[in-house]
Amino acid sequence: MAHEHKLEIFKGLVKFKSNTAKIWGVLIFLSLVTIVEVILGIIKPEILMGYVLGMKALNWIFIILTIVKAYYITWDFMHMRDETPGLRRAVVWIGIGLIVYLIFILLQEGGYIFRVYDTGYIKRDF
Amino acid sequence: MSTAVVEGKTWGGANEPLKASYGKMMMWFFIVSDALTFSGFLAAYGFSRFKFIDAWPIADEVFTHFPFLHGVNAPMYYVAFMTFILIMSSVTMVLAVDAGHHLNKGKVTIYMFLTVIGGIIFLGSQAWEWNTFIKGEYGAVQTKGGNILQFGEYVEQDGEQVFKRIAVKDFAVVDTHKERTAHESKNGIWFQSEGALPAFDVNEIYKGLEAHENILVRTHYIDEETGDKIVLSRDHSLKALKNNGTLYVEGANLHVNEYGAPLFADFFFFITGFHGFHVLSGVIINIIIFFNVLLGTYERRKSYEMVEKVGLYWHFVDLVWVFVFTFFYLV
Repeated sequence: MAHEHKLEIFKGLVKFKSNTAKIWGVLIFLSLVTIVEVILGIIKPEILMGYVLGMKALNWIFIILTIVKAYYITWDFMHMRDETPGLRRAVVWIGIGLIVYLIFILLQEGGYIFRVYDTGYIKRDF
Repeated sequence: MSTAVVEGKTWGGANEPLKASYGKMMMWFFIVSDALTFSGFLAAYGFSRFKFIDAWPIADEVFTHFPFLHGVNAPMYYVAFMTFILIMSSVTMVLAVDAGHHLNKGKVTIYMFLTVIGGIIFLGSQAWEWNTFIKGEYGAVQTKGGNILQFGEYVEQDGEQVFKRIAVKDFAVVDTHKERTAHESKNGIWFQSEGALPAFDVNEIYKGLEAHENILVRTHYIDEETGDKIVLSRDHSLKALKNNGTLYVEGANLHVNEYGAPLFADFFFFITGFHGFHVLSGVIINIIIFFNVLLGTYERRKSYEMVEKVGLYWHFVDLVWVFVFTFFYLV
């Protein structure tokens, strides 16, 4: 059951010899991602300040890197990789589905209220 | 084969399609619901931020401190350190789980101990972070409308004009003949009293601003093109403070925030506080499990699954921090 671990990460690109080695490998990877995030956050490269899909490109990078980190924490530290597909899907897809919906609805509404304030309480100017 | 036989196999009991124990599944169940709670809070933060998108504090200007380094502008290094501590204690936790699979009591003990230590260091760091945020550094003036006016001057840095903040206490002209003193219940109506008065009143700050030609006022509105906060001209600075300034604020609490919108401080305290509470309960549960390991409870049970279950919770706390880190400090 839980004693068998799948030892490859990055779609089989890296395969570790033991579970302990995999844990240290994932730690190095997570630390690297965090370091990249901090460096980007401090220097804030000018190229990444342009807007993509309503948000700064840099912020998209931060969010994507965060999800990458979350993936490896869940998959390797929480052993999601070793669970049955049924358990994995039940946990991950229910969570992601509800969270994405919640975020969309609240951010949409927040942006709308900002625009109403910004245009002097005019909702639509015909 | 008749259908009855197949049905008997599927529904006859003792069938574990998810191949996970009851306890572990319930831990996952809890984690999903707790994840929804946290995303509710973070989404509410996002809502407020989008609502005041042009006036939200810039995190690297708020969290610039590092212990023992005074006056050094060190944005993010401290939180990066905290993140690393939490990831590190996640690693020792997962090593404890791994040692548990090999029924290696000694190793589980050591790794559980290190995990607890990591959690305690994280909690201490968070206490320091809160303390610095509550104390504040430069002070600012709140206006009638709840906006924030900060003070500073332009200085030459690497051939560029950079706005540098100046602490109010460094330029305010203190009026030694102040008439306004704190009202205490013993000096007046017995059922009324008030908290400490602000260190300066707006008039003193205005006099200081008049006396120092170089000081300008910075609003909390963000210039869309540069992404920096808008700095007023000298004339407008004086006017803005004279006409709108009402209250001197220093640091942040649930009512005021010298760095910008008070909502930012409210969400910061609430979300990092709720996360910190999770870390605290995680540390306590880890300590209980640590003593159980030490007493040999799981050794006799021939199963360290309990370590695995608290491990799931501990990793979840780490997972939440990864998101808090991104949305409060990076984005």
